[in-house]
Amino acid sequence: MRLNLLAIFAAVYLLVLYAPIVLLPLFAFNDGTVIAFPLRGFTTQWFAALLDTPALHQATFNSLVIAVSTAIFATILGLFAARAATRYGFPAKAGIIGFIMLPLVLPEVIVAISLLIVLMQLGLNSGTWSIIAGHTLICTPFAIAILQGSFANMDRSLEEAAVDLGETAWSTFRLITLPLVSPGIIASLLICFTISLDEFIIAFFLSGNEPTLPVYLWGQLRFPARLPVVMALGTILVILSVLLLVVAETFRRRGLKRAGLKDTGGFL
Amino acid sequence: MSGSLAKMMRSDAGKGLTLVSPTLIYALLLLAAPLASIVLLSFWTQLATVAGQAQFDRTLQLSNYREALTDPLYRALMLRSLRISGMVMLVTVVLAFPVAYFISFHVRPDRKSLWLFLITIPFWTSYLIRVFLWRVILAYDGPVNSGLLALGVIDEPLGWILYNANSVVITLAHAYAPFAILPIFVALEKIDRSLLEAARDLGESKAMTFLRVTLPLAMPGVLAAVLIVFIPTIGDYVTPQLVGGSGGTMIANNIHAQIFALNDRPMGATLAVLAMLIVAMVLLWGIARARFWLWLMDRAGGGFAGIGLALAVAVAEITVIRVAFSQGPALIGAGASVIALLLVATALSAFILWRLPKGRWGI
Repeated sequence: MRLNLLAIFAAVYLLVLYAPIVLLPLFAFNDGTVIAFPLRGFTTQWFAALLDTPALHQATFNSLVIAVSTAIFATILGLFAARAATRYGFPAKAGIIGFIMLPLVLPEVIVAISLLIVLMQLGLNSGTWSIIAGHTLICTPFAIAILQGSFANMDRSLEEAAVDLGETAWSTFRLITLPLVSPGIIASLLICFTISLDEFIIAFFLSGNEPTLPVYLWGQLRFPARLPVVMALGTILVILSVLLLVVAETFRRRGLKRAGLKDTGGFL
Repeated sequence: MSGSLAKMMRSDAGKGLTLVSPTLIYALLLLAAPLASIVLLSFWTQLATVAGQAQFDRTLQLSNYREALTDPLYRALMLRSLRISGMVMLVTVVLAFPVAYFISFHVRPDRKSLWLFLITIPFWTSYLIRVFLWRVILAYDGPVNSGLLALGVIDEPLGWILYNANSVVITLAHAYAPFAILPIFVALEKIDRSLLEAARDLGESKAMTFLRVTLPLAMPGVLAAVLIVFIPTIGDYVTPQLVGGSGGTMIANNIHAQIFALNDRPMGATLAVLAMLIVAMVLLWGIARARFWLWLMDRAGGGFAGIGLALAVAVAEITVIRVAFSQGPALIGAGASVIALLLVATALSAFILWRLPKGRWGI
């Protein structure tokens, strides 16, 4: 009886969790300009409208540049920190790693306003590069969390064997370590890409006149007539993120399998 | 000298520090330095804007803080932000616990990661659009109202569920759900199942086993969930802006307005610094009091007497705080009363955390 109640609660919880996402495609294909029930009929015109909106294409391009750069930078910085944290003990380790992980709990608006104020005081123009810098800062903790798992799961005797057989520290890393953690690296790249693509506050504060996709979307939300198009765009974004996540999850599980471990949960 | 440096570089500590240094330097440059500069800026004052260039009075003074702590507008804003975040935290954690418990204790081990994956997916999809859709869901003619109308639960659409603090709480609680489930799940997974069997073998009922073994051992996870929900939600901008209306604006909206609309960067910086300080103090207060109340409860022998005593002490202190907050401004001035209240409460928190060791509840 208790089990049943819990199971029902969990099922309802999941249902509510997915409610907004389920509504999204309903409105995206709805043949009406008002985002409300009842639905009117099926149309793909809102998706077609996406194709001839140059501002949207520019924003998408900006977002892709930012997300790809962020994914690469954050994963590289994450590799350094995760390797140091799992392999070596050093003074003030908990403090240093804790400080690097701080953006995970810090409200994004604090990160955004402090970066913006520094840029303003230095008289620099914010733009794509500053968004990449900010996104790298908030994505690095996620990269570290994922990569720490990969490094911790790795059998260290494999590295020691390579060193004993005459490989240098660098070639051991390149030939043994890197391939073993590569699923983690790919998962980290994908997660950072997803976070950056969706991040709004930092991009909103720092974008200047080069909007990213979420900043463009934010601007469109003010115009009721544009809302169905926004819904269509949202549907595409949701499908894209889910695909990316499934791929990231697959790589993470493959990494676990390669390390010969049982799966105990998702990332985060 | 260079020999010893080289030696240090070859040691484990040296290698570790060298390896972590690129990431650390990046965080110092892009996080520590900017945070330090908003603290500095918060002590400056805005003069005028000449030809689009803001002019500052660079002497260090407390006038921004004085204004932020005494102006009723800012006080109301800060209180509302805290209240909303507190509600969100409460709703999120209370609803998340049974789900985390279900996944940890009742789902087949090979299905657990699928459940967790399903719970995290909505979190990774466009935040803006998820929030916007809540505006649709809670709207006057939205699915919630039309559903309840059709079921005959209500006679006319509910007006109080959109464009106020309630809708902000609902939307944020939805957005932060996975954040609460994951840490609680991890804590529950760590519980040695043989402890529960032992409790049952020794004659505890199922409910008592849960209250006396499972719940205390899960507390670290609950605490992590509280932190990870409370801190970021207080700085949320999108949700109050989209579904909050005028009665649901929060601190981040005002920070944005100060910087972009009013062009008063020092005030924006002050509000940001104050928000961080107050959040830290409130969390310190919460953790210290939770430890103290649980200690009191155990000291009184648990059971209803213990719960009663802990509750009485909690209610008494909160009443004192409320009275001090509402009557203080008239007695010793608005700014002084807030500062005195924060200092006394924080000193008490520090004292409790210092004197009282972590109990069996792991807080």
